Amino acid sequence: GHVSCGLLSGLGHCWFALAGKRRGLAALKKKNGGKFPTHAKKVAPVAAATKAPRMYPADDVAKPLAVNIVRKPAKLRSSITPGTVLILLAGRFKGKRCICLGQLPSGLLLVTGPFKLNGVPVRRVSQAYVIATCTKVNMPSVDITKFSDSYFKAAESKRVKKGEKEFFDEPKEKKALPAEYIANQKALDAAILPALSAELKGYLSSRFTLRDGDRPHLMKF
Amino acid sequence: LDQVVKMPFKRYVEIGRLALVNYGEDYGKLVVISDIVDQTRALVDAPDMTRKIESFRRLTITDLKVDIPRLASKKVLTAKLAEADTFNKFAKSSWGRKLARQEAKSNMSDFDRFKATAAKVKKARSVRKVFNQLKKAAAKK
Repeated sequence: GHVSCGLLSGLGHCWFALAGKRRGLAALKKKNGGKFPTHAKKVAPVAAATKAPRMYPADDVAKPLAVNIVRKPAKLRSSITPGTVLILLAGRFKGKRCICLGQLPSGLLLVTGPFKLNGVPVRRVSQAYVIATCTKVNMPSVDITKFSDSYFKAAESKRVKKGEKEFFDEPKEKKALPAEYIANQKALDAAILPALSAELKGYLSSRFTLRDGDRPHLMKF
Repeated sequence: LDQVVKMPFKRYVEIGRLALVNYGEDYGKLVVISDIVDQTRALVDAPDMTRKIESFRRLTITDLKVDIPRLASKKVLTAKLAEADTFNKFAKSSWGRKLARQEAKSNMSDFDRFKATAAKVKKARSVRKVFNQLKKAAAKK
């Protein structure tokens, strides 16, 4: 019940009304049976007895700060999704239109021609070197787990120091692509090609070029 | 005057005249002249915008006109426009169709552009084929 607070008008609120909300030290003691609530003292674990090290470094070497970087793959443009037709802008396949399969953990995009249509194999490409068109292919669910970043890493070749003799020698034979890679490409294309219409196949077979009168800053891709 | 003076002008600025905004935020909008402010400005209105003052410099007047009173209310304006089907009349006119064609072209995607070129090439090939056949036949005679 609320009691008239004429005598306690100096206080902001009625003392009785705030009985349940008292937070002063006296209230704490009262809630804990006359004593302040305490935590049990933390006992430090006894460190195992270690021998003093034999050597101390001569100079105090600054310890580098701990690096706790979590590397995330590059943020993908919202216009790029699996099945988007991309125009490659640089490299061997510049101008070619290819299909995006997804983003790899390294941040690069996984892309395929399909090889049969335009010669672009299963490949990694950076999204910075790509124009995403608004054309999307209705992709059948393709298993792209085998195309990881390590799949594309070139085999580590031992760099032989070129002596004068080697410099004038014939260049080594180009290494043929292992049959496994060719088979993977064929399997991937066989899965994707049926989903493409004849028009789309013609589209992917052609290259993007700029001609007289084209205004790329006004074009909608 | 008994005789009607033959004016070279056919489109007049008047209450109810439809105009196209050719500059500014409302670029491309079809508006109706609701009232004249002075020599250079008019009060323009359209069913989906707040009535505003626009300079005549920013307006291109069209052939179309609706019969509305000066400062017609939005309700009256919308009703009269719907009754005369003015916006559709403009869209069907060659001016309206040209604007629609320009917009469609600017909104073409890369795939659309490819399809357009492919169609043009196909048509040109078939025409040239027939032409060459006729040419050969004429040369034989």
